[in-house]
Amino acid sequence: MTIISVQNLTFEYVRTAEDGTTKSYRAIDDISFDIEAGSFVAIVGRNGSGKSTLAKTLNGLLVPTSGRILVKDMDTADDNLIWDIRSKVGMVFQNPDNQIVSSIVEDDVAFGPENLGVPPEEIRKRVDDALKAVGMYKHRLKGAHMLSGGQKQRIAIAGAIAMRPECIIFDEPTAMLDPKGREKVMEIIRNLNEEGITTILITHFMEEAAQADRIIVMKNGQIYSDSTPEELYSNREKIRGAGLEMPPAVDLRERIAERGIEMPETIMTEDDLVDYIVEQRR
Amino acid sequence: MIRDITLGQYYPGKSVIHKLDARTKIIGTIAFIVELFIVNNFWGFLIAAGAMFAVIGVSRVPLKFIFRGLTAVFVIILFTFVINLFMVDGRVLWHWWILTITYEGLRRALFMAVRLVLLIIGSSILTLCTKPIELTDGLEKLLKPLQKVGVPSHEIALMMTIALRFIPTLMEETDKIIKAQQARGADFESGSIIQRAKNLIPILIPLFISSFRIAQELALAMEARCYNGGSGRTRMNEIHFKKKDMVAAVVLAVFLGVVIASRWI
Repeated sequence: MTIISVQNLTFEYVRTAEDGTTKSYRAIDDISFDIEAGSFVAIVGRNGSGKSTLAKTLNGLLVPTSGRILVKDMDTADDNLIWDIRSKVGMVFQNPDNQIVSSIVEDDVAFGPENLGVPPEEIRKRVDDALKAVGMYKHRLKGAHMLSGGQKQRIAIAGAIAMRPECIIFDEPTAMLDPKGREKVMEIIRNLNEEGITTILITHFMEEAAQADRIIVMKNGQIYSDSTPEELYSNREKIRGAGLEMPPAVDLRERIAERGIEMPETIMTEDDLVDYIVEQRR
Repeated sequence: MIRDITLGQYYPGKSVIHKLDARTKIIGTIAFIVELFIVNNFWGFLIAAGAMFAVIGVSRVPLKFIFRGLTAVFVIILFTFVINLFMVDGRVLWHWWILTITYEGLRRALFMAVRLVLLIIGSSILTLCTKPIELTDGLEKLLKPLQKVGVPSHEIALMMTIALRFIPTLMEETDKIIKAQQARGADFESGSIIQRAKNLIPILIPLFISSFRIAQELALAMEARCYNGGSGRTRMNEIHFKKKDMVAAVVLAVFLGVVIASRWI
């Protein structure tokens, strides 16, 4: 079943210069694709490839210049449906600091459900569940400013979960985190997807994209490639062409294979690689 | 250093004062401030101070915390005292060069100083014993009747919540900018006062720009979380008047009566 359908999407930023003339810049250029309910899709690309703009159009934060986006058959350009759409499609942004509204952790997580008009007892339950899901329940009464970047990002994820969405878009959620916070956030994202939430991960870390079922590569506002991670990583030229790098684990696997040691092509992440090596040494 | 700042200086506790409805505390504080201006003799202040210290005792907030608020405004209190001391005509107690202290001046100066001290301590009890979110929720509910005449009660409360939330963030941002400018050779420590004030411009401009950027990102995040104004919103912790609040209201009324009566002592 399709949850989000992007149809001939074009998006232009219009900038008005000081002398009143307008200049437009086409960030997304006529793209179409569907996202299956329950899938884990990574959208990758260099800076300026249009991936972040794309993310913001998927829940109606930006309205297409032309073409349309249907979320569960609701058009994001329809003002009457926009709150329905956003309650179905949650979003987590890059900067953990600038998406937390309330000083106290649990009050912030409650912000979304409060906006939806959920009854108080139900909000309490959702907030507790969401905080447990991201492992932050014991910090629920703390001040948000006391937390680390990774912890703040987990609060932001809890804030999205508490709205009980069917899909969550993560717009470079780990870009500002340290490696430890990054790992924890990725683990939470994977768990959420396993629980059935459609996951869209915008990232420029290829090792994070490797964990998805499907990778869409953006280049100059267009879809450059749309395939499984296995297919994408088997084509070194394609990755170079998009200005991206191989995930370190895949790169390492290939370099070992080049030296004549046979390596299975299913190795995508560091964990896979470690598992394989350990298994071989036994 | 920046992590140490308290959120609106809230002192966590479980006392009756902490558990009172924020609205009761806000009204109580306003009443207390009003009566400080009704008082016209030192007996009234004695009663007010007695009541105030009784509340502090019940709240179990250490006195150290309470007086900390005073140090910040000490200069203002001193200034008011000195001005009043020398500026009032009346029976001369002491005279030197152009300085004259009169009996009335001394009385007025003491009066103002005591009033200011009580005012500051009294209102700090409110912020010390009430969580910022409860304070803003209480304010929102209190202002609600005014919505009919166009006072945006929900927006005011939300603005306060966000302001409190972003104080630490902006402090961090300021810290970063100062360090970045110092790394470029900026000097904030020497020169005359005017020179130093001018030196702050390279801090203020980037700070303004970044606060606009933060505001923009926050607005987007709030929209993504379905924020569309105050109507149709529910709250996780709804506030209700309880029995405690009734008792507090009665105590407050008695106290106000006594203070007003003190005018005729």
